Amino acid sequence: MNSKLFSYNYIDTPVHRLSGLTKLIAFLFLTFAVMFSYDIRVILLVMVFSLFVLRLSKIKYRQIRLMVIYVAVFIITNAIITFFFSPEEGVKIYGTRHVLFKIAGPYVVTQEQLFYQLTKLFKYSSVIPLGITFLLTTNPSEFASALNGVGVHYKAAYAVSLTLRYFPDIQREYRNISLSQQARGLDMSKKAGFATRVKNALLIIIPLVFSTLDRIELISNAMDLRGFGKHNRRSWFSKKPFTTSDFIALFISVLIFTGTILVSVFINHGRFYNPFI
Amino acid sequence: MENENIIEFRDFSFQYFTQAKPTLHNIDLSIRKGEKILIVGPSGSGKSTLGHCLNGLIPFSYNGEITGSLKIRDKETRDLDIFQLSKILGTVLQDPDGQFVGLTVFEDIAFALENDNISLPEMKQRVRKAAEMVDMDSFHSSSPYELSGGQKQRTSLAGVLVDEVDILLFDEPLANLDPATGKRAIEIIDDIHRDTDKTIIIIEHRLEDVLHRDIDRVIVMNDGRILADLDADSLMASSVLKENGIREPLYVTALKYAGVDVSKDLQAGHIDSLVMEDVKKAVFDWNNSVVSPQPQEEKETLLHLKNICFSYDGEKDIIRDVSFKLGYGELMAIVGRNGAGKSTLSRLISGFEKESSGIISYRGEDISGLTIKERAEKIGVVMQNPNQMISKPMIFDEVALGLRLRNVDEEEIKQRVEKVLKVCGLAPFRKWPIAALSFGQKKRVTIASILALNPEVIILDEPTAGQDFKHYTQIMEFVDEINKLGVAIILITHDMHLMLEYAERAVVISGGQKIADARPSDVLTNHSIIEQANLKETSLYQLSLSAGIEDGTAFVQNFIDYEKKVRVH
Repeated sequence: MNSKLFSYNYIDTPVHRLSGLTKLIAFLFLTFAVMFSYDIRVILLVMVFSLFVLRLSKIKYRQIRLMVIYVAVFIITNAIITFFFSPEEGVKIYGTRHVLFKIAGPYVVTQEQLFYQLTKLFKYSSVIPLGITFLLTTNPSEFASALNGVGVHYKAAYAVSLTLRYFPDIQREYRNISLSQQARGLDMSKKAGFATRVKNALLIIIPLVFSTLDRIELISNAMDLRGFGKHNRRSWFSKKPFTTSDFIALFISVLIFTGTILVSVFINHGRFYNPFI
Repeated sequence: MENENIIEFRDFSFQYFTQAKPTLHNIDLSIRKGEKILIVGPSGSGKSTLGHCLNGLIPFSYNGEITGSLKIRDKETRDLDIFQLSKILGTVLQDPDGQFVGLTVFEDIAFALENDNISLPEMKQRVRKAAEMVDMDSFHSSSPYELSGGQKQRTSLAGVLVDEVDILLFDEPLANLDPATGKRAIEIIDDIHRDTDKTIIIIEHRLEDVLHRDIDRVIVMNDGRILADLDADSLMASSVLKENGIREPLYVTALKYAGVDVSKDLQAGHIDSLVMEDVKKAVFDWNNSVVSPQPQEEKETLLHLKNICFSYDGEKDIIRDVSFKLGYGELMAIVGRNGAGKSTLSRLISGFEKESSGIISYRGEDISGLTIKERAEKIGVVMQNPNQMISKPMIFDEVALGLRLRNVDEEEIKQRVEKVLKVCGLAPFRKWPIAALSFGQKKRVTIASILALNPEVIILDEPTAGQDFKHYTQIMEFVDEINKLGVAIILITHDMHLMLEYAERAVVISGGQKIADARPSDVLTNHSIIEQANLKETSLYQLSLSAGIEDGTAFVQNFIDYEKKVRVH
């Protein structure tokens, strides 16, 4: 019960007060800025900003621990694979070659490669806090209305919101099933071998799927009976009206976005910042 | 246009494409505007299908062949779609959890309006008005997790009322509610019927609870046909309930035990309308004639909970200082309202959660050091929904799972599983796929799979939830048999009939504390316990009071003893 992947909780902070649509647009602008630029200076600035936003929204580390671990594992795997497949990528990009040390065969660590991969690592880690903040400070219904606001069809938007909404329920169900199967003798601890654990996990997944299917039938009937899908448009009860702070937030995100583009065009003359020349 | 028929079935039949035979046969039924109708029938009688035909889920979500005619407000329903129908007839489904779409009370109520693309200011105003009708306006931004079952149901009701429909359809509204909340739900439905001129249709098999307030007509269904269409008083006088496996109100059963000929003139439809003068003597005499069995000697303690406390966060106690004993081979109930801590107790006993203080001992030994798996060999837990437990496609494999995971020798597994299947009456099905079983049979499979591990205690979480009287009886008779084999049983329930009829003892939990540990007859006649635990006084007690019997508790106990005797023979 204490390891929820993500769940929305209302706290009164400036970030929570923003409209979901604002947060989504700002998130998209900032993500795009970071994804576009390979200038580590810009990226670090955005990272500081996104950590500041995370801090501002009073999210506790306990809430996001699991997600942080998943993301960290992903980023590290990504870095290893990048190096494995193209160890000379940095050299190609920056046009110089400063060898630090050799590993084996074609695997040589160069300053360029290190710099390139570091830039990439920071790119990811500056977007993640923003994503976390967005997910944890926007209630699923508002999130759906925001998606709908940027042009996603409301049925798709609602599907996303329902998934988020039922996530905690399904997690609870998983836990209950898992415990009752453990009572029957299922070993989910590290003592069992990997193959056994995969096989055992199946014994939990099957009941979970069936009880979830029951739930889906019920909710879709309930929604049909109340007219979901009747018109091409729908209104949203939880949609927040735009306030001054929404415009300020949008202004800041556009500013950062344009700033990044300008730095690329006029200072770096390209997407990369090259300290080697 | 006085008394126009708002709903008219004419020679209406329906067959699901997936079924070999029709589910509804030649239904003829008219319902007038403003009437309040109850439809009763056992599971599979077609009553839910009838409801689906009314609200449009048939044929919108479930396909099949419709013949004959069904008109709602003079329009053939086959010419309407589910959306048009939802503006005329609003449905409140049985599981208030599953149908809560929004994240807050007001948002959920607004759902139908959102789908109609109503502007925000108008929406807010209409939502508030609907919430006021069911007294939920003060909960506007509460999330479903903060609400009780009854509050969720009222929210669902408001979500339907917001659309200003003419007809309200309640599909088993009492299924997931504790007794007191169920009673209140019936009162709210009645108040809305009185205050508005809406037509109300209630589909439910808990007849006695619905008859807490007036009903214009009761329609009895079985095997896809309408068998009776009567007022409540005539219904009690007829034999149609008994013949179709529907439980009659307990006080009516008591009258029949007392040898009273229940006729229409007795007005037995509601206990308040019953003509007491005519039955007083019979009830009084019967009560004196019942011979109580010898009180059983106290059984030796098998499981002992001593001063158990538990909290998730170390601050708020979910369980506070609970102690009780379970004897060898005893059948005990843990009762209390939803969220009182009943299920938490079972999780503590089975080791799913760890108590913060206190001792759980089994045969005199502290079991705090045992793992979930080790405890399961002594104490088995059967979860409420069999779908939460079943993970194998074949019955034999499912029952054998626990043994296989314990690396028991395959030859011995075969023997033990065969034996358990026989005990559970599942031997003829051993090679069947589980998917082909009914809910009650699946329940048996889950009990069998726990029994295979030879535990001495089985904890059953709401074993009969959502079951009609016939299946309820089947499941409980089976549990009773297991109990007679020497397995101690703990029933976790808020079903009063269940504890009254089967439990020797009831531990009542309220707000995480034990407030009573007594015979069910003592519990259900004690006003203060009833109030605290959200239970409901049994109608037997009311009957005894009206009959002028001094010791009402003894009367209830006499009824239980007499019933047990009748049931055995």
